[in-house]
Amino acid sequence: MLSPLILTSAVLNGLLIGAVYALVALGLTLIYGVLHIINFAHGALLSAALFAAFFAFQKLGLDPYLAVFLLAPAFFALGYALQRFVISPASHGDDRNMLLVTLGLAVLIENALLYAFRADTRTLDLAYGFKSIDLGFTFLSMPRLISFVAVFAVALALWLIMRFTDTGKAIRAVAKEKLGAELAGIDVAHIYALTFGLGTACVAIAACLLIPSYYVNPSAGNAFVLIAFTIVVLGGMGSVPGALIGGFVIGVVESLSGFFFGESLGQVGIFLIFIAVLLLRPRGLFGASA
Amino acid sequence: MKAFVAIAIVVAALACVPVFVHSNVVLNFLVVTLMIALAGQGWNILGGYGGQYSFGHAAFFGTGAYTTAILQADYGVNGWLGFAAGIAAGAAVGAIIGGLAFRAGLRSSYFALVTLAFAEVLRILASVAPITGAGVGILIKLDLRAQAFQFQSRAIFYLVILALVAVALIITQLLERSRFGVWLIAVRENEDAAMALGVNATAIKLGAMIVSAAITAAAGCFYMQYFLFIDAGLGYGTWISIEALLTPIIGGVGTVFGALVGALMVKSLGEGAKLIAGDAPGLDLMIYGAVLVLVIRYAPRGIVGALADIYAHVTRRFAAPRKPAAEAAHG
Amino acid sequence: MAEPLLVVENVSRRFGGLLAVNAASLTAPAARITALIGPNGAGKTTLFAVISGFLKPSAGRVRYAGEDVTGEPPHLLARRGIARTFQIVQPFAGLTVRDNILVGAHLRHRARPAALAVAEGIGREVGLGDVLDRPAHTLTVAGRKRLELARVLATAPKLLLLDEVLAGLNPSEIRDFVPVIRAFCARGIAIVMIEHVMQAVMSLAAHVYVLAEGRVIAEGTPGQVAADPAVVEAYLGRGAAAQLRSAHGH
Repeated sequence: MLSPLILTSAVLNGLLIGAVYALVALGLTLIYGVLHIINFAHGALLSAALFAAFFAFQKLGLDPYLAVFLLAPAFFALGYALQRFVISPASHGDDRNMLLVTLGLAVLIENALLYAFRADTRTLDLAYGFKSIDLGFTFLSMPRLISFVAVFAVALALWLIMRFTDTGKAIRAVAKEKLGAELAGIDVAHIYALTFGLGTACVAIAACLLIPSYYVNPSAGNAFVLIAFTIVVLGGMGSVPGALIGGFVIGVVESLSGFFFGESLGQVGIFLIFIAVLLLRPRGLFGASA
Repeated sequence: MKAFVAIAIVVAALACVPVFVHSNVVLNFLVVTLMIALAGQGWNILGGYGGQYSFGHAAFFGTGAYTTAILQADYGVNGWLGFAAGIAAGAAVGAIIGGLAFRAGLRSSYFALVTLAFAEVLRILASVAPITGAGVGILIKLDLRAQAFQFQSRAIFYLVILALVAVALIITQLLERSRFGVWLIAVRENEDAAMALGVNATAIKLGAMIVSAAITAAAGCFYMQYFLFIDAGLGYGTWISIEALLTPIIGGVGTVFGALVGALMVKSLGEGAKLIAGDAPGLDLMIYGAVLVLVIRYAPRGIVGALADIYAHVTRRFAAPRKPAAEAAHG
Repeated sequence: MAEPLLVVENVSRRFGGLLAVNAASLTAPAARITALIGPNGAGKTTLFAVISGFLKPSAGRVRYAGEDVTGEPPHLLARRGIARTFQIVQPFAGLTVRDNILVGAHLRHRARPAALAVAEGIGREVGLGDVLDRPAHTLTVAGRKRLELARVLATAPKLLLLDEVLAGLNPSEIRDFVPVIRAFCARGIAIVMIEHVMQAVMSLAAHVYVLAEGRVIAEGTPGQVAADPAVVEAYLGRGAAAQLRSAHGH
């Protein structure tokens, strides 16, 4: 009944979509790992990035794979500014305030998009949007394949930055031991903002990779980001390999359950995994204790 | 005692409004505002006094609304009985979510996440399950009799919701002065220190969650009686989770009047914005988001909190000069 | 002879690969002050955490008033009469001094007026009478330490675990504290104190346990323990005892 070929096809597609989930999750886990805050605004920022990529094509004629070189730095700057000038001063050092501020930003950004652009769903019609590679037993969507490769490139770039640059070492120091890093002369506020910027840049890159095969509306980011939260919690808050592996796992799970259970229930399945992980093993597979 | 007098005065003043105001538009605005205030008063018990920030209070609002809707529409149960059942159902859901979350020791962001997730699960289930009307929702038949908990006049609805808000104010005030309330606040301030003083933090948090859920569920039941229609997005949508937490945060977390003040402010702001910029979707929530960020940045204890700080500052100013004179006398 | 109020039997606590407490045993009788000393990182606070229910032991038992209370949660132990202070003082910062103590008082008094009366009385007893209405975060370090004591005293404990309650106080403040602690003892409360301030340990404690690297390496009266070379070495390093002896020309 269910031929292994169909299953393989579902798994392969799951891996491809999982790559983008992983990239979104990567941004989230980076922010948590260093700043120890859960960025509730992540989804709204993804929606904003999707709109930005959409308009970059519509108004400037920029192909998303080119727009990424414009949008990634732009969103990096946005993330940096948000953390440095909005989130940090508003937190007054209390965890709970940061929850509320990022939530407030999420509501603000998402509804600003709604107010400005209405709720209509838009899509980009790109020449290669429907191109696919014929593997004989299945077709692999071209944009998804490109995303898959791009995500590894980004992950590699991040790893190189973290490992070999001074900034990367500073980030790792702050993540491990903030007070010590401060005493060693590292500008913690700057590093926090930098990390938030990097996380936001990841989101912008993900948006550009997604847009050829996905849709754009003010709540598009949310659907994505709840999956990203699940991945981050599953893989372990602050764990980069956890985010990557978790991304692929969830991508495959979603692909397979979409197959067996249909669209909406697939979402419920992911939430239930999310709740179960939070209740039973909050530190996930690779993370440090909650 | 003073506190209850204050509540009585405020409620009495608000009760006089329908005497002067006859416009249905304004009355409708006030009814909705008070309903949101009630939902916020529920959140305030758990979040304001208990310090556990739930991002999914829609779970209780929607459960209250759907329970009374299903009982009335499918089983012909009386509106008032449905109301009571809705509150009980909301409290039960609160007990389940709270029991799971607090037993697992979830705090802070993780708690917020799990409540968000539960609310979303309920929303999705409600949007596909036949019992909740799936995508279509549930409509209760119009039956304008007091026995059915429906009223011809908006003024009556206003007085009913005002009564509910008054009950919530009294419950909050009683809680503040009770041992349960003192312990709840202690858990908020420092859970470990509280436990070392004999406070069963898990039980206290669970208790607060149940009371909180019941009050917010009552707001959901009222919603049902007023609008006669509910669907997944209205009952379990993030809009109510946001408004339920926004109103006490802005008005003053952990204060008796905070949610009421916050609701009046926030809703007025929303209406004002719509009057100026037109009634486009997203405008009010966008402003709420901005207000939330600004309030946390500049007045983290909300309006009531800020006023209390100003009062304390002023009274201390007048108390201070006495000291130097006394020291001078000693020589 | 009746069993002492607190009996800790071979308690061990492991964190992954680290054995923070290694088969430690101690007893603390009522109306006596027992000191727990040792270099930093010796496992003293971990042992307190086990006794007060914040951590479960990996091995061993804790007996209180003749009953096995191993692994009971902190709030139940507090109800039994075991109270602890924290090394890093943890006041309920946003509340007034009176309201802080009230939290403790409510353990034994459900009604607010009774609890308030108890809170006020204890507040005056520890010397905080003037500041009862001030927010806790405005107190000095000494004030916060007094508040910590007051809070815990309000729960009417029979066993008091004091974790470095004198840390951060200047000599005159310490002098003021010592009689306060002695007074608790006179009421019949058993006190176990972790301390680094040696003058206090010497003058207050009837019996001293020395913990180093998770193990009890010595016990006895303050005088006995001070003269024990193993103790000197634990603090000052290997060979220090011999060096000191030769320096003094023994």
